[in-house]
Amino acid sequence: MGSTSAENRGTEGVGRRDLIKRSAALGLISVPTMSFLSACASSGGDDSGDKAKAGKKTAKNPLGVNDTAGMEFVLFDGGFGKEYAEDAVKIYEKNFPQAKVKFSATQKIQSTLQPRFNQGTPPDLIDNSGAEQMDMGVLAGKNQLTDLTPLLDAPSYDDPAKKVRDTLRPGIVEMGQLDGEKVWILYYAYTVYGVWYSQKALDSLDEQYPETWDQMLAVCEKAKKKGMAGWTYAGKYPYYLPFSLYPMIGKVGGREVLDAIDNLEPNAWKHPAVKACFDAYYELYKKGYVLKGTPGLDHIQSQTAWAQGKALFIPNGSWVENESANVIPKDFDLAVSAPTGIDSSDKLPFGTIWASGGEPFIVPSKAKNAEGGMEQLRIMLSEASSKNFTGKVKSLTAYNGGTDGIALTPGLKSGVAALDKAGENVVNPRLQDWYVQLQKEKIGVSGLGEMMAGRLTPAEAVKKIQAYADEVAKDDSIKHYKHQ
Amino acid sequence: MQHGKYRFIVGFLALPLGLYALFVIWPFIQSIYYSFTDWTGLSPEFKMVGFDNYNRMLDDEIFWKSLQHSLLFALLLPVVTIGLALFFAFMINVGGRKRKNGPVVSGVRGSSFYKIVYFFPQVLSIAIVALLFAFAYNPDSGAINSVLRGIGLGDVQPLWLGDPDLALWAVMAVLVWSTVGFFVVLFSAGMASIPAEMYEAALLDGANRVTTFFRVTLPLLWDTVQSGWVYMGILALGAESFAVVQIMTTGPGGPDYSTTVMVLYVYQKAFRDGQAAYATTIGVALLVVTLAFAAVVMRLGRRERLEY
Repeated sequence: MGSTSAENRGTEGVGRRDLIKRSAALGLISVPTMSFLSACASSGGDDSGDKAKAGKKTAKNPLGVNDTAGMEFVLFDGGFGKEYAEDAVKIYEKNFPQAKVKFSATQKIQSTLQPRFNQGTPPDLIDNSGAEQMDMGVLAGKNQLTDLTPLLDAPSYDDPAKKVRDTLRPGIVEMGQLDGEKVWILYYAYTVYGVWYSQKALDSLDEQYPETWDQMLAVCEKAKKKGMAGWTYAGKYPYYLPFSLYPMIGKVGGREVLDAIDNLEPNAWKHPAVKACFDAYYELYKKGYVLKGTPGLDHIQSQTAWAQGKALFIPNGSWVENESANVIPKDFDLAVSAPTGIDSSDKLPFGTIWASGGEPFIVPSKAKNAEGGMEQLRIMLSEASSKNFTGKVKSLTAYNGGTDGIALTPGLKSGVAALDKAGENVVNPRLQDWYVQLQKEKIGVSGLGEMMAGRLTPAEAVKKIQAYADEVAKDDSIKHYKHQ
Repeated sequence: MQHGKYRFIVGFLALPLGLYALFVIWPFIQSIYYSFTDWTGLSPEFKMVGFDNYNRMLDDEIFWKSLQHSLLFALLLPVVTIGLALFFAFMINVGGRKRKNGPVVSGVRGSSFYKIVYFFPQVLSIAIVALLFAFAYNPDSGAINSVLRGIGLGDVQPLWLGDPDLALWAVMAVLVWSTVGFFVVLFSAGMASIPAEMYEAALLDGANRVTTFFRVTLPLLWDTVQSGWVYMGILALGAESFAVVQIMTTGPGGPDYSTTVMVLYVYQKAFRDGQAAYATTIGVALLVVTLAFAAVVMRLGRRERLEY
């Protein structure tokens, strides 16, 4: 051909400019054709024709699992590992030898499963946990989840006379509900939140865990004289503060205050109990009882400083024992306590604690073998599986009991004791699973975080947080929940 | 001669253009489409909602804050990074003292060593850099505050990432640190291709180093600087700023929204809050900002091209 574009000018050849124009035109034509493709990108498969046929309900198989249908189970491979689930899968395979079980564990729950939800081919059981947790409210709101009530009403694995729901710890069933009676989620692990400390350090100060705030200040003062800060917390993630602050509010003002807060009722945060607790925490900052530099520490750094004995108390959850295992000294004698209250006029007794479920398991509504997924959960909620879990990963499960006859670590033992002491007084604030952004970013970082760094007074913090809560209550792009 | 020419060109262009359309243009169109829906990202169902997402965005304070920070990133980071990189590259290649029997222009002593050292951060992934600096900024036992204590400044112990007035600057410093090396190498390559006679002539006329830089080096390097500018701006608006903010900051995005950027907000809305449609709306805003940035830089930077 041997022609360059220069020669083509003025002839009918393709100049550079023409080429660009024409390709742009081509692009425009291709737009409409693409709308066909978009049907692929987001097309729902609501053909339920490939669902497994229900099996026969028997005493051994109360959920009526089809014993030849395959079952797929996707686990979050996090702090609890995957061994406990693999053990439970083995039991399922033993009970249903003809069923093919596909088990996988991943940290990338959302990246792996979001496309499958969008295609309408999700697995039968999912541990929807970790940093890539999928929003449960959205999943339930879009009818993507199976109601687990049949599982809860089925006889328990160990004792056919007892329903599964009666073998669970307090709060588990309620946590699985989002709006109304249906139970969408089963939280398998059981977390105790509170104030964590070293019994040894407290002994060295010749002190008991303080039950009133005046005592708390006295203990902190004593620690300060010994060059130890009273408190530290995950300053970069100040939404750890509520682990002890919310149950304190519940103790001081009663359960209704926490419920009103969760329900986003107007002026819920303006209750005097909230202000009293904020004032109490602010005093820790004012009197210099908070470890210097805490607002710049992340959770690991703050836990490490605390384990090194730089600070006495830290608000945290029961996972801290596992998470900081390599920095907690052997003779630390880890213990947890329910939060300190204000004084004896508090509504609930000392011992009121926050405990709730972790590791949320869900069965998708478009699962091929939903019964199989529920049966797998029923197996996991047996005493043997629960013990296996507790023994392996040092955490309690939703199964009420299952701690006899296994050696408990100090933190776990103290957690069990704290739950015993609490009895009925277990509170379960829901902001962190209902309104993640409100809880973490707004109340946590911009409210409590700023207050504890001394950049907001308690009165300002209350006002700011109330405004955030009102904003969320008004925002109709967010799904709203109420305590039942 | 002419017949078959279209076929010839189309034959060459079809595949790359097809791939480009499928993987670049198509996702753009798709996200713009989704920004008019109420798609959650977690189920296949959604419906059209018109401009609802856009109205909501305009009322969203956090969006405006993230926009503000992103714009600050896009304006300030290129200036600082490219300014520093130009200075370093000039010193490495041209800024040296004239030595006996040496070439007319040369870099400062040890320049080849510096050239390698500046490039080191580029070898590390941005995630690792962010993590390292998160440790360095630890107010309790981090490197920076420890050094301050070590030199007797025990009273100056900033909270760094925990302080809303400092956090954004702390994050920007990390981005500058990690990207400046690349531009030093880029500009060094550009400077190496400037003929030495130009410098000789300037020196004969009695130009000092500053004049040489502004009258000879910079004009001859202008094209490289301009593309570097766009590249750095896009970097500051996109992935790199996401990585550092997500990994390093309080919250992330805090304290009190002092470090949130648009990409982070897109990510949080799409993957934390299950509001994929709203996230794509912010994504569209980010697209507009990025295009506007590129257009402005290209327009302001238009100059006569010098041939040499």
